Amino acid sequence: MLNNVYIIGAGETKFGELWDKSLRNLAVEAGLKAIENAGVYSKDIDAIYGANGLAGTINEQENIGALIADFSGLSNEGIPALRVEASTASGAAAVREAYLSIKSGEYDLVVVGGVEKMTDIHGSSILEKMSSILDREWEAFFGATPAAMAALIARKYMNDFNVEKEALSMFSVNDHLNASKNPDAQYRNKLTLEQAMGATPIADPLNMMDCSPISDGAAAIVLASENFVKKNKKEGVKILSSAVAEDYLSVGSRESIYTLNSAKLAAEKAFKKAGIKRDDISFLEVHDSFSIYGLLELEDLGFAEKGKAKNMVYDDIKLNGRLPVNPSGGLKAKGDPYGAVGIGQVVDAYKQLMEKAGEGQIKNARYALLHNMAGTGASSIVHILGE
Amino acid sequence: MSGIVSYGSYIPYYRIKPEEIARIWGDEPERMKKNLFILSKSVPSPDEDVASISVEAARNALKRKDINPEEIGAIYVGSESHPYAVKPTATIVAAAIGMPLEYFAADYEFACKAGTAGMQNVKAMVDSNYIKYGFAIGSDTSQGAPGDALEYTASAGGTAMLIGKDNVIAEINDTLSVSTDTPDFWRREGEPYPKHGERFTGEPGYFKHVIAASKAIMERNDMKNSDYDYAVFHQPNGKFPTRAAKILGFTEEQYKTGLLTPYIGNTYSGSMMTGLSAVLDESKPGDRILAVSFGSGAGSDAFDITVTDKMKDYKRDNAPTVKKLIEKVKFIDYGMYTKFRKIIITGDSVE
Amino acid sequence: MTELSRIWRETEYRYNLIGFKCNNCGRSYFPPRDICPYCHRESIGKMEKVKFSGNGEILSYTTVHDAPPAFKRQVPYTLALVKLDEGPVITAQIVDCDPDEVNTGKKVHMVFRKIREDGTNGVIEYGYKFRLN
Repeated sequence: MLNNVYIIGAGETKFGELWDKSLRNLAVEAGLKAIENAGVYSKDIDAIYGANGLAGTINEQENIGALIADFSGLSNEGIPALRVEASTASGAAAVREAYLSIKSGEYDLVVVGGVEKMTDIHGSSILEKMSSILDREWEAFFGATPAAMAALIARKYMNDFNVEKEALSMFSVNDHLNASKNPDAQYRNKLTLEQAMGATPIADPLNMMDCSPISDGAAAIVLASENFVKKNKKEGVKILSSAVAEDYLSVGSRESIYTLNSAKLAAEKAFKKAGIKRDDISFLEVHDSFSIYGLLELEDLGFAEKGKAKNMVYDDIKLNGRLPVNPSGGLKAKGDPYGAVGIGQVVDAYKQLMEKAGEGQIKNARYALLHNMAGTGASSIVHILGE
Repeated sequence: MSGIVSYGSYIPYYRIKPEEIARIWGDEPERMKKNLFILSKSVPSPDEDVASISVEAARNALKRKDINPEEIGAIYVGSESHPYAVKPTATIVAAAIGMPLEYFAADYEFACKAGTAGMQNVKAMVDSNYIKYGFAIGSDTSQGAPGDALEYTASAGGTAMLIGKDNVIAEINDTLSVSTDTPDFWRREGEPYPKHGERFTGEPGYFKHVIAASKAIMERNDMKNSDYDYAVFHQPNGKFPTRAAKILGFTEEQYKTGLLTPYIGNTYSGSMMTGLSAVLDESKPGDRILAVSFGSGAGSDAFDITVTDKMKDYKRDNAPTVKKLIEKVKFIDYGMYTKFRKIIITGDSVE
Repeated sequence: MTELSRIWRETEYRYNLIGFKCNNCGRSYFPPRDICPYCHRESIGKMEKVKFSGNGEILSYTTVHDAPPAFKRQVPYTLALVKLDEGPVITAQIVDCDPDEVNTGKKVHMVFRKIREDGTNGVIEYGYKFRLN
């Protein structure tokens, strides 16, 4: 049975330090925006998938599915609402679960929301919580942070392929430039290369401008079956494929520390299922929680040879370049609210493909590839959207 | 006869100079250096404590002599800065060197002579055939209150002595102790820093006991000062052991090898044992050593030691010698020192 | 408060760098794992505890300036991926050196250090770090 899945609505909160908004405020805000945008009603909703990474540790709140449904006013209807967790790739994981639920014929209309409230812990304590996306017992226990692990990968990569720090910084410069056109982005300031190169050190060779910020935010989309779309005369963007792959949890266990094998495998599967080629892709949203990952992802998703992504970062990845990357502003500038990231990527891609991206609109955008990654590359989820 | 089968020491990498401490407290650096005969002292990094120092010392001892940890039947760690008030350091060390389930273990405390008290105890257990080998470790990350004279010398380090009857590189010919109830130096339960009787710690404390123990062991063994190749004493500063040696009629030649305090400070429970370690680093078969510790409160343990022929085949270079341990160091300033020693507190609740 | 059993059960691995060797294919692993990712079912019951030598070399390194509270007093500290002589690559701190002495390919050996402390009244967690040879 073939049952195509469409994105028929999308909405998100602003990403950033949203002091006056709680975990539940954010989730509800994004959800309502998406539902309104899709023009559907509570009676239409078959299920909700809620994505979240760290509410259990940061906000000491589990049961996120029920929480979202409850404060969206859907408790009386008893609509199924489950949380999907895949660390920093929770967002795309929830999209995928929702996609599969419609593909299977079980549901016709599903709301997928992702939320993270990270600023409710102050000081360096948040770093301890964020480090739980690593192998806690054998990496974080010994003083590793997500930035430190990315730095270890970056050092070896730069060393082995003769890549200058500038190439990494250019990735952040591009993110900031794109974010300046995205009203929902956390950082809308343009970043000069000089600023990017000279920022406060975090974990050498990475500095603060190589690292995504600590963000609050939520994003939501409405997925519908082909049936629903036809019956209700909805417009939407088709999910051409969804694929996920895993790698070792700790960086040291991997065959090559600068190869994101999960991204490689997920991209291969996603292209095979989508039936399109890399050349068909109009733009990418990649999981650049650290600038180094941006370069590795271009390579491992198959858009550059190993060690050669440095040739793309000056022109190709720009909004008007050969292959625009992170038109949203990426994790560095749009923001990195863990569980909301993967869905935020879909929100932006949906706008692009519907030609509703405003100032940041890419001309003739037809196909988008979205990559959401967990931890240091332990899981990758790739979605290809278009048509 | 029983004696030392292997030995190993550990001294942290960081150092602070008396000039730096004097700068903060308005003392005259030259006077402090001269009065205490101190040039620098070792400082433990924030991730070091008596357990980690003891493990490193014990592992160094095992690198020099391949003894199956299953054959080590006892471990005693002497210190006045055990990481826990209740919970033994000895079991942490035993786990880290792979000792089996069945062994004797305890932490000792007798100010600066708890490590040598452990040596006597292990020797007695070996002699009575309770155990084949046993570890006695003296180790400290000693406390000196900021601004106190002790701050110039209170340092960190430790030495592990593996004692047994087989493969003995240095026989312990005799050992004895003298003890009295003397309030020269103490630290009350729960207090972060020790108190001391300043000049009172000298005559009625250090000198009375060190000299009595030295004389007693020489007399009991029909030895005179010139019969020894080396003499090593507890060294709270550079001055006390030098003076004790002179009172007992030892020459600089005899005491200089074991005198480490001027370079590393007073490692308290590790003090005399690390001095002995430095002596063993250079000794040859037949050498006779007098080693006398001192612990406030107060008492002295004296050892009469003869280096055996087994020293020839002993793999001393498998682990760093004391000389090597004081070769590569990094000097830090007082600010860094206070950060390392947790004298300044951070705003974070868990660290 | 840190869960005591959680610390206690990892003690032997962290104190002595004990990992596992698959006696089906001969590969060594650290951190400890029950199943060999190459031999799968064939490795069940054939994973044997091994004590690694503690010798290795630096594969990559970083100086960490932004650290969780437990490591604040050590900032800036060097973290590295150390390739053990037996094969496994582990994440650990390099201690007792200036950051500019550290480089890829440098030989290191294991040392025993305090890793974390649960405040001033909780337990102290020990384990491996490395030092330049």
